[in-house]
Amino acid sequence: MRATQNGTGKIAVAGVSKTFGDPVHGFRAIGEIDIDVAEGEFLCIVGPSGCGKSTLLRMFGGLATPTSGEIRITQNDPARPLTAMVFQQESVFPWLTVAENAAYGIKATGNWNGRASQERVDYFLEKTGLYSFRQFRPHQLSGGMKQRLSIARAFATNPEILLMDEPFAALDEQNKLLMQEELAVLWEEFRSTVIFITHSLDEAVLLGDRVAVMSSAPGRIIHTIDVGFPRPRNPIELRRQPEFAEMTKELWTVLGREVLEARRQETEQIARSR
Amino acid sequence: MAMVQNIIAADSGTARMKWANMLPVGWLSPIAILLLWELSARQGWINPAFFPAPSTIFATGIAQAQTAQFWSDIGISLQRMGVGLLMGGVPGILVGLAMGLFPVVREAFRPLIAAVFPIPKIALLPLLLLIFGIGEMSKYVVIAINVFFLMSINTLAGVVGTPAIYFEVAKNLRASRLKTYLTVALPGALPGIFTGLRICLGTALILLVAVEFSTADSGVGYRIWWAWTVFWVDTMYVGFFVIALLGLGASYIVDYLERWFVPWMVVKN
Repeated sequence: MRATQNGTGKIAVAGVSKTFGDPVHGFRAIGEIDIDVAEGEFLCIVGPSGCGKSTLLRMFGGLATPTSGEIRITQNDPARPLTAMVFQQESVFPWLTVAENAAYGIKATGNWNGRASQERVDYFLEKTGLYSFRQFRPHQLSGGMKQRLSIARAFATNPEILLMDEPFAALDEQNKLLMQEELAVLWEEFRSTVIFITHSLDEAVLLGDRVAVMSSAPGRIIHTIDVGFPRPRNPIELRRQPEFAEMTKELWTVLGREVLEARRQETEQIARSR
Repeated sequence: MAMVQNIIAADSGTARMKWANMLPVGWLSPIAILLLWELSARQGWINPAFFPAPSTIFATGIAQAQTAQFWSDIGISLQRMGVGLLMGGVPGILVGLAMGLFPVVREAFRPLIAAVFPIPKIALLPLLLLIFGIGEMSKYVVIAINVFFLMSINTLAGVVGTPAIYFEVAKNLRASRLKTYLTVALPGALPGIFTGLRICLGTALILLVAVEFSTADSGVGYRIWWAWTVFWVDTMYVGFFVIALLGLGASYIVDYLERWFVPWMVVKN
C-alpha cells in the first residue's frame, strides 16, 4: 500500500517486495526492502540493471504497487503535489509548447494560481535555459533540452518529493556534467526530498546525502553510505578529493559483485529461453 | 609501388537540388498529358466522341459554370459529404476514444466492428433506402456509416498508440480522469484521427458518386450519369474534373488543419 501519514520521516518502506506475473513462478524483481528517507534528504540509489530500482521509484510515484509490504509517505501540505517524477525516457508532451509543458504539472494537479504559477514556471524555464524557447514545441528541441524541460516541469510542480529515474542517462558526458551542476544548484535552493536513481557511482556521490546500493534481482538494499560533503558542492573539485575516490571505490566493491551476479542471471535466463 | 592520389572533391549536389526545386516538375507531367491529349483529339488519333479535346471540355466547363444548376450540383454534393462526415465522424471519434480508454468498451465493440467493417457500405444502400426512403437521409447515412467505422478504428489506433509514458506522467501527478482524457488521450489520438479523416475523404467521395449514380436527381455524380444517358460526353468530362477538384480541395483542407492541430507530426513526416 502507498499510504500517506503525518509523522516523522518522509518515506518509510517496510518489507516491500515485488513479483511480476505468477506469485510463485513469476519474476521476483524486488526481494524485501526496508529503508527510511528523511525529510529533505537527497537519496541516491544505485544497482545493476534489472534490480528493481526503477520499480521501487515507480511505487513512490504511484505507478506501481508492492506485492507485499507497505510504503508510508508523509504529506505535510495537502495543497502541494506529493511526488513529481522525471523519467528516463522522453516524457514531455509533443503537443504542448515548452511553456505549456513546464506548466503542465501545476495545471494537472489543479494548483494553477494565475500570476504566481506563471512566475514559477518562468523561473524554472529560466533556470533550465529554456525561457527563450518557451513558444517552441519539443520536436524543435534537442534531447538534452527535452530532458531539461521535464526537470523544469517537475520542479515547477513543487512536489514534496522529487523522483528522478536516471534523468541524465541519455545525455552526452558534457551535458551530463552541466546538468549535475544545475540540479545541485536548483536543489540547494528548494531542498525537497529527492530519490535519485542512477547507474553512475560518481553521480550518486556528487549529488546525494546518502547512497544506497541494491543487489541484483530480487533487489534488496545491501549497503548504504553517508556522503558528508558540504554544500554547495563543486563537481569538478569534489571529484579530486581523496574521500570521493574512497567512497566510489567502496560502492564499487559492493556493486561490482552484484553486476557479475546480474550477468550470470541474464546468461542463465537466455540459456533457459532457448 | 605506384602512388595513388585520392581526391575528395566538393560536389555540386546542392546546386542540382536547387535546379530540381525551381522547376515545377510536379506540373509538367499533367501538362504533357493534356497537350498530348489535345493533339491526339485534333489530329483524329483518338475518337473525339469518346475523348473530346481538353480545350472543348474546358469551354463546356466555362459555359456550365455560368448556370445555376452547375453550382447547385456542387452544393448538394458537398452538403451530402459534409453532413455524412459529421454524422459519422463525431460519433466515430467518441466511440474510438471510449474504446481506446476503456478495455470493456473495446472488447464489447471489437467483434461487431470486425464483422461489419469489411462489408462494402454501398451494399447497405437498398436497406437504407427501405429505412430512410429515397430522400437525402439515406445518402447521408450511407456515407456516415463508412465514416463512422474508419474514424472509430483510427481514433482507437491513435489512443492505443499513444506512448504509455504520457499517461504515466498524468498518473504520477494524480491528474483527474477527465484531465487525463483531455490533456493526454485526446491530443495523443489526434494523429490517428487525421489519418482516419484522410482515408474517409477518399472513400466518402467514392460513396457519394455511387449513391448519386443510383438514387439521386441532383449532384455532381448524378450529372455525370445523366450526361452519359443523353450522350453529352463533354459534360461527363466536366463532372470528372469537378469531382477530382473536390477531392483535391478536401485533401488540401485536411493538410491545412493537420498543420494547425498536429504540428509535431507534420514535421516528423
